[in-house]
Amino acid sequence: MSRHLTQRLAFGLLILATLATTVPIVLIVGYIAAAGLPAISLEFLTAMPRDGMRAGGIWPAIVGTLLLTAGTAVVAVPLGIAAAIYLAEYAKDTPLTRAIRIAIINLAGIPSVVYGLFGLGLFVLFLGFGTSILAGSLTLAIMTLPVIISTTEEALRAVPQAFRVVSISLGGTKWQTIRRIVLPQALPGILTGVILGLERAAGETAPILFTAAAFFLPRLPNSPLDATMALPYHLFVIATQVPGMPVQIQYGTALVLLVFVLSMNFFATIIRSRARARRQW
Amino acid sequence: MTPPALLPDKPPAARAGWPELIIEALIRAAGYSAILFVILIVLFLLREGLPALGEVAPADLLGARWYPIEDYFGLLPLIGGSLIVTLGAVLIAVPFGLGTAIFIAEVAPRWLREFLKPLIEVLAGLPSVVLGFMGMLVLTPLVRETLGTPTGLTAFTGSVLLAGMALPTLVSVAEDALDSVPRSYRNAALALGATPWQTIWRVTVPAARTGVLTAVMLGIGRAIGETMTVMMVTGNAARLPTGLGALFLPVRTLTATIAAEMGEVANGSVHYHVLFTIGIVLFLISFAVNLTASAVVFQQKKRSERLLS
Amino acid sequence: MKIVIEHLSVQYDDGTESLRDISLTIPANQITALFGPAGGGKSTLLRALNRLNDLVDGVRVTGRILLDGEDIAGPGVNVTALRRRVGMVFAQPVPLPMSIRQNITYGLELAGVRERAKLTAAVEKSLRAAALWDEVQDRLEAPATALSGGQQQRLCLARVLALEPEVVLLDEPTSGLDPISTAKVETSLQAIKRDYTVVIVPHSVQQAARIADLAAFFLQGELVEAGPGQQLFLTPKDQRTNDYITGRFG
Repeated sequence: MSRHLTQRLAFGLLILATLATTVPIVLIVGYIAAAGLPAISLEFLTAMPRDGMRAGGIWPAIVGTLLLTAGTAVVAVPLGIAAAIYLAEYAKDTPLTRAIRIAIINLAGIPSVVYGLFGLGLFVLFLGFGTSILAGSLTLAIMTLPVIISTTEEALRAVPQAFRVVSISLGGTKWQTIRRIVLPQALPGILTGVILGLERAAGETAPILFTAAAFFLPRLPNSPLDATMALPYHLFVIATQVPGMPVQIQYGTALVLLVFVLSMNFFATIIRSRARARRQW
Repeated sequence: MTPPALLPDKPPAARAGWPELIIEALIRAAGYSAILFVILIVLFLLREGLPALGEVAPADLLGARWYPIEDYFGLLPLIGGSLIVTLGAVLIAVPFGLGTAIFIAEVAPRWLREFLKPLIEVLAGLPSVVLGFMGMLVLTPLVRETLGTPTGLTAFTGSVLLAGMALPTLVSVAEDALDSVPRSYRNAALALGATPWQTIWRVTVPAARTGVLTAVMLGIGRAIGETMTVMMVTGNAARLPTGLGALFLPVRTLTATIAAEMGEVANGSVHYHVLFTIGIVLFLISFAVNLTASAVVFQQKKRSERLLS
Repeated sequence: MKIVIEHLSVQYDDGTESLRDISLTIPANQITALFGPAGGGKSTLLRALNRLNDLVDGVRVTGRILLDGEDIAGPGVNVTALRRRVGMVFAQPVPLPMSIRQNITYGLELAGVRERAKLTAAVEKSLRAAALWDEVQDRLEAPATALSGGQQQRLCLARVLALEPEVVLLDEPTSGLDPISTAKVETSLQAIKRDYTVVIVPHSVQQAARIADLAAFFLQGELVEAGPGQQLFLTPKDQRTNDYITGRFG
């Protein structure tokens, strides 16, 4: 077989593989959009579920997911960015630093359901938060932390070293240099990482199964110590646990969750590409 | 203008000003927090999971029967279930993932790459429960009809979806690895008369093999820890898989067992403790997989640093 | 005498570049040129003068550097205050990613200067001193990266001058510039030496000969000889200096 024929064959296979990975993505998103759209109405988005969740809306699940995501952000964003600043700007190559890195790799790899167990053991039972937004947010925050740390660290390291040296040589202290030069320059990268991390938290089910999620709770939570419905768990429940569930409501719920998550994804992509175009270095 | 004194009256540590020192102390504490969280996770898994070893004989834990209602806590079928679903996922994800990565990194024109990469990220962003939902409604009937199995809820169905979950990690890490192969390697091969495909297959991919290996490892890590999708489509029958034929039978994984049963057990019961023991097993597996993957990366980095200096 | 260096030695952990037992006196209001082949320790000496070597891990400095009689090489020095008194211009112009005006006011703002009038005055004064005012006065808010290489380097000089330092250090400031830009930088150096002490690592022997009031020849971490520029370039005492100046090596 001539080598040019081999090449054609090989490239053909590569294209097939790529189509096989990417076409289903478009199909899934398109299918959910098409099947879910008829379910979407003002009532669906803003009403309480009725009739054993077989009718009415998904308002408490939407609010719950917003609250859980916000709670995750409040904890994970400052902590993650600070930890990344430590690793990128302060830490020297010591055994302790290496231990931190191994810890982050480890945190990134722990299955989400194990985070759920941990949150149950520490927040729900040991600290007595009960099944609550607080316990769920803290669990999701720790799970999201490694994503935020590693993307932020990467963004900080991409800022040219020369900027730091110049700032220091002009009489800047280390923190002044970080705050006035490094952080502003790394901001788009940090934002992208933060959004992608929170996107993952918003779509997760396993970590909130035993820490925050309520099967059916047709009211809005009153305090951080209340349990809550949440979109991903609600979809799981109506897809597997409720017999005689109208398919339309299932698709509608999936669509709302998808829009929520993918719009975060979209923002992250926009921020990144705009920053890339504007960057002066 | 009198120059500011260079020698401070106060000890040098006070120079930066106390707000700055507080900020730096907080930053340092945040850095150490990662270690704290790992320790806490280990501590609470052990606290809730270790009692199981006293309540169930170790030999029984390694038994082939998981039937908690009658106090059978054999983990083997669950471990087997996780392994077979993951194996299936890897067999699917590796060829498709590497093919896609090679296509994006080496073959696709720039505009196509700028379109494909965000698309793969969309896949990474799909919540696992959404994938599981689509698996139930679309993939399961397809599997049942095509394979003629009594139910479409099989290990294979789970593997297909898990492959989808593992693909984004696999593709992006492998693509980074291919991307970081120096352009000069490629130019040298092309200058010697190799076709673009020969260059890719004989030069670029081998040069990136450690990174590609890392990608595969991370993909495996992602697949073995996935919970909701497998729970929704694998049928959840705790049966010890024997041989590859089990790929087309219902199985139950470690992760799905925790997720499905934790809600129904009494806190502090034997069953509760055993579920935490499963958590420990999952923790150890993911730790091993991810540490291996990153050890490869570290080594690679060190070598390139040596070459550059 | 502005700066008195006594028995200064600098060692790096990996031994790449070091200084051995340097003693040198740098006069005020003159241009002192440190020259010699690459790896001789000139840049290390510059970086010792405003403690930028502190940024590198594993550097050991012994000996003394007296700035107006105060030792600035030892521990306990307020290095941020020192760096405001001893400014530095680097080989590659590095405009900070902000506007031309902000580049100038950056150091002053870090030092706590808030008054608008003061900042505005400093912008014009330092840009004039660096011979850049005429070219940029209409576009102070433009990003500094939009300037040409030569303009960027003069901006970097202006940025240092805005802090009204006493000493200006320049590390091969014209290495990336064309002859016309180089001449402009050299002219502004001649102008500013009335108010400042200038220490420069020139990028060629010719440049050293053109601008040096005092010249010091460095070879492999040692100070071979130092003296008034005219004398050192016409009648060097040491054979190695002679060989280098006449182009036998380097």
